[in-house]
Amino acid sequence: MSDSLHRMRAAKNAIAQGLAVVAAVFGIFWLVWILWTTLRMGIDAMTPALFTQMTPPPGEEGGGMLNAFFGSALMSLLGVALGAPIGILAGTYLAEYSEKSWIGESVRFINDILLSAPSIVLGLFVYTLVVVQMGHFSALAGAIALGFIVLPVVVRTTDEMLRLVPGQMREAALSLGVPQWKVTLQVLYRSAMPGIVTGILLALARISGETAPLLFSALNNQYWTTNVLAPMANVPVVIFQFAMSPYDNWHSLAWAGAFVLTLFVLLVSIAARTIVARNRMSHE
Amino acid sequence: MNAITDAQLLARARADARTDQRFRMLVTAAGLFVLVSLVAVAASMVWGGREAFRKFGLGFLWTDRWDAVQQQFGALVPIYGTLVTALIAMLIAVPVSFGIAFFLTEIAPKWLRSPVGAGIELLAGIPSIIYGMWGLFVLVPILGEHVFPWVDAHLGQLPGIGMLFSGPPLGLGMGTAGLVLAIMVIPFISSVMREVFLTVPGQLKESAYALGSTRWEVVWDVVLPYTRSAVIGGIFLGLGRALGETMAVTFVLGNAHSLTVSLLEPGNSIAATIANEFTEADSEMYRSSLIALGFVLFVVTFIVLSIARLMLRRLNKREGN
Repeated sequence: MSDSLHRMRAAKNAIAQGLAVVAAVFGIFWLVWILWTTLRMGIDAMTPALFTQMTPPPGEEGGGMLNAFFGSALMSLLGVALGAPIGILAGTYLAEYSEKSWIGESVRFINDILLSAPSIVLGLFVYTLVVVQMGHFSALAGAIALGFIVLPVVVRTTDEMLRLVPGQMREAALSLGVPQWKVTLQVLYRSAMPGIVTGILLALARISGETAPLLFSALNNQYWTTNVLAPMANVPVVIFQFAMSPYDNWHSLAWAGAFVLTLFVLLVSIAARTIVARNRMSHE
Repeated sequence: MNAITDAQLLARARADARTDQRFRMLVTAAGLFVLVSLVAVAASMVWGGREAFRKFGLGFLWTDRWDAVQQQFGALVPIYGTLVTALIAMLIAVPVSFGIAFFLTEIAPKWLRSPVGAGIELLAGIPSIIYGMWGLFVLVPILGEHVFPWVDAHLGQLPGIGMLFSGPPLGLGMGTAGLVLAIMVIPFISSVMREVFLTVPGQLKESAYALGSTRWEVVWDVVLPYTRSAVIGGIFLGLGRALGETMAVTFVLGNAHSLTVSLLEPGNSIAATIANEFTEADSEMYRSSLIALGFVLFVVTFIVLSIARLMLRRLNKREGN
């Protein structure tokens, strides 16, 4: 009797473990496939022209994505420059000043919602807020849209990292008569710096692939421009338009762009993780 | 020697107090800015979609006509497509993610656990446009040539559920979009689940093992009950992503405004409709209807994400954070 019960439990366990292994293989199989395709198609499409020429007009051979790379870099940096300072200050408010008040709790809650809100909604928001007022699409609008994606990421990590700073450090500094703003700027920020930088890097990785918000703000531009008040090319939107097109050379440019984008995102995320890991080790 | 007088000290203390006051105001303003942004997002959608709301009223939600020429817009087809694709994605992704988390926390050899876990977390950060492109160029041809015809021939004839599985072998459609979405949210949900499973105190699991429990029993009867609310929270976070995802589905949905039960037929979703049509919208009413669609998406994801956050918070409370 107990023998058959035991056997049944063992069988159930074996089946469950088998299914878990199958699930793991199934999940990882698709991801490896996607990475492999991006790698193969991307390397095939790699040419020096990719980094020296502009996006080609329809029907023309060759061409590169120099204008798109520049646009993406500029808008991402502007987005970080707009979103990160406000994010750090708001994170400081949550960790140091909100003191469990209901308003602090609601800011934290709303920030978490903003963190996972669909980016296309933020694109529409910036469209009505900026593009309609200005009367045309612009790189500035794109940067603002990206800034709204940076904001919640930086708020969250700053909040978490500041709360990891031991209370004794605040008490030691305050007991020496250092005013609170100086404690925050010179003690807390210094101690939490690696974490805050990680947050900014993660935000950068996230916005560099965002497509939907740029569709309604920066749009696209076939030509080289440095004017932030004009529409500007950017990697994700170029990939989107080129992949949807019927032209073969546009497809391979799209793959090359996708490859560079994926590589960049992976490298930035790995850098962010390394900072966290090294920091953790030095704390221990 | 310069002695510091009382007056100097007092002046300095006053200056510090003033700066403290200003700094507090600055950070509080930044905190409130976060609150204001979300309210502004909602308000801007209502404002941008006002003409559509005024003209179509609540009927906007259940009318299936989407006609740019006649200026008649109803959101039923995109809403239906959004819900169906997200549902398919969750049906695939939730059990698979649970399996991955089970594998990574209990079954896999120790040396394999953190590299695979970290790898999956990295993959969760890959831009969704890559998933969409891969779907269009790799998955769609394979599905169209090999899988859809087979499904149509074998499952399409079944009574009842056959309607779900009959259609042309295009490779595009709600089934494809659901699959791509599932692949995209699997790393996301499984890393949340893994993280949550790791919070279970070792003693709890060891006690169960000491009583002779199998691994499956430990996960099902100890780990899962302990982490239930956070696991549900993680699933809802994934659902929020699947509902609002744009690029991964826009490529493979087929952009067809027709109401169809079949998973093999092209359809549409809210995000895909907006992405495809917004820059081409040539009238005020058209654009307004698209923004109104965005508002519907905002409300739905807001509810789903709120549930997710409340559920995740419950586990944090228990941990005493």
